[in-house]
Amino acid sequence: MTPDLLEEGARRARAHALKTGHGKTESGGRAAGFSRLHTPGEVDVTHGRILYLEDVSVSFDGFKAINKLSLDIAPGELRCIIGPNGAGKTTMMDIITGKTRPDEGRVYFGSTIDLLRYTEPEIAQLGIGRKFQKPTVFEQLTVFENLELALKTNKAVTASLFFRLDSTQSDRLLEVLHTIHLTGNASAQAGTLSHGQKQWLEIGMLLMQDPKLLLLDEPVAGMTDEETERTAELFLSLKGKHSLMVVEHDMSFINTISDIVTVLCEGAVLAQGTLAQVQADERVIEVYLGR
Amino acid sequence: MMSNPLPAKGPLLSRTGWSAFIVALIVVCAVAPALNLLVPKDSLFHLSDYGVALVGKIMCYAICALAMDLIWGYTGILSLGHGVFFALGGYAMGMYLMRQIGLEGNYKSNLPDFMVFLDWKTLPWHWTFSDSFVATLFLVVAVPGLVAFVFGYFAFRSRIKGVYFSIITQAMTFAAMLLFFRNETGFGGNNGFTDFKRILNIPIATPSMRMLLFVMTGVTLLAFFLLARWLVAAKFGRVLQAVRDAETRVMFSGYSPLGYKLTIWTISAMMCGVAGALYVPQVGIINPSEMSPANSIEIAIWAAVGGRASLIGPIVGAFIVNGAKSWLTVAYPEFWLYFLGALFIGVTLFLPDGVVGLIRKLKGNKA
Repeated sequence: MTPDLLEEGARRARAHALKTGHGKTESGGRAAGFSRLHTPGEVDVTHGRILYLEDVSVSFDGFKAINKLSLDIAPGELRCIIGPNGAGKTTMMDIITGKTRPDEGRVYFGSTIDLLRYTEPEIAQLGIGRKFQKPTVFEQLTVFENLELALKTNKAVTASLFFRLDSTQSDRLLEVLHTIHLTGNASAQAGTLSHGQKQWLEIGMLLMQDPKLLLLDEPVAGMTDEETERTAELFLSLKGKHSLMVVEHDMSFINTISDIVTVLCEGAVLAQGTLAQVQADERVIEVYLGR
Repeated sequence: MMSNPLPAKGPLLSRTGWSAFIVALIVVCAVAPALNLLVPKDSLFHLSDYGVALVGKIMCYAICALAMDLIWGYTGILSLGHGVFFALGGYAMGMYLMRQIGLEGNYKSNLPDFMVFLDWKTLPWHWTFSDSFVATLFLVVAVPGLVAFVFGYFAFRSRIKGVYFSIITQAMTFAAMLLFFRNETGFGGNNGFTDFKRILNIPIATPSMRMLLFVMTGVTLLAFFLLARWLVAAKFGRVLQAVRDAETRVMFSGYSPLGYKLTIWTISAMMCGVAGALYVPQVGIINPSEMSPANSIEIAIWAAVGGRASLIGPIVGAFIVNGAKSWLTVAYPEFWLYFLGALFIGVTLFLPDGVVGLIRKLKGNKA
């Protein structure tokens, strides 16, 4: 093959790329899928999905908590999940974060990371943060120490023995303290905070982890109206930079933040669409109001 | 512009803390030896040999209480088997002291008396290193450390927690006691080791040797205090407290609790081993009763009485409980166990943070 033939080929490839629009995509101009080297630990979102659940089932003592559930989430999306009690919302989060192992099905983070192979701490380090239904913070530690522990850094034993907060990290900490409106409480014991403030602190701890995907289980439960409003603002500001999955019962809150709402029922997806769409859906009304 | 409201990282010890530390160091290294060895016996200020032996012994217990505090107070894992690690360190030292007896035993044999009595002709394999003092110092730390590591690895990996963990540690110490009671394991059966003559070829029962051991125990206690202080002041210590308060949150924050628990558990066991090794030459005997379940429970009581989750508390607790013990077991021997039980219940009900917690509360109310 002569040099001018090679050059001719390269020119044609460039022209083709220009025509098909490659070079402007999120993946930085790389064609998705073929002959792309995968970096271990990197989340591959070139297929436009950050989380896949495929035919996932789990049963506890014969009770099918999750029944052939399939769900996927796009990078930067804010997805709301609603559903009656026992629909499997919390169980689904348990499966994604490695707390519960499904009986069958596949759970992928990006296109390449099989979450079923990892433990809870490893999944957290891969970039999935989780807020529990009941606010879970370290009550005996101060707000500052809570955030410092959550900070994204090397979390091995030896690293923790010699850890010192550097200036970038303390700037980040200050920023998060400001975001969650707890700047004045930095030295307060977390156990002394109000319920709403604990919720915020836990959200702040998630932010310190800098996760790509946030799973939030009833984040505004027990918050005042004002706190709820501020939470909605915060989530909307996170949208786009992070992917969020929010489980909530508060419909007005969902109305404020949601694009797409997924309705779970008996461990499977019942309906999906905008809030108005799912609220008009016959099956959803039936599930919520009874027959 | 935001002002910096972040709390500054505190020093290892406060100024008063360091002053108290230096005073304690001087008392242990200079004042106590002077009062015991230099001040004449009939003087009011003379520190009796009985006093030296008692305080030396209590300082060994205080090391155990400190070790218990790291695992129970800070990490929330109640071990009721720390007596095993104490005894293992003690046995490692005891084997060396037995070999130091040389030909001066009752049977004038090169072998320890109990082996001659059992008609053994050679040293068993596990006595191989008992002639070397350096190897003994290593074993004092390594044996309890290894046992703790293996035990802890399987227990923590299986996520055994709370009262279940306490029960299996209690079972472990009981099993170890039964094992050491047997003659064929080669640890002197129910008599254990005693009649020590020398350490490093220096007679062991002289006042100056007793004083030297006392000073070494005190210095070790203070050094361990600093080590513990460093451990809990680091982020490592805060992770331990986080494990105690909300272990699932720790996992979902990206920490694997296994490594943290195992590290502090092993360090704690090694500290107990050192305490045991300092204890044996001072009291002159080690036998399997050191592994009895009640002994391990007592360690937990010292820590509870003094106050968990403060490092000075367990040391204070060890002194209070053992001081009371040495007086009560002489004055009212039959009441000691009732007293101990009542103390434990009382502290649990009324003083969850122990004596140190009470003092802090009183100070806080005044301020």
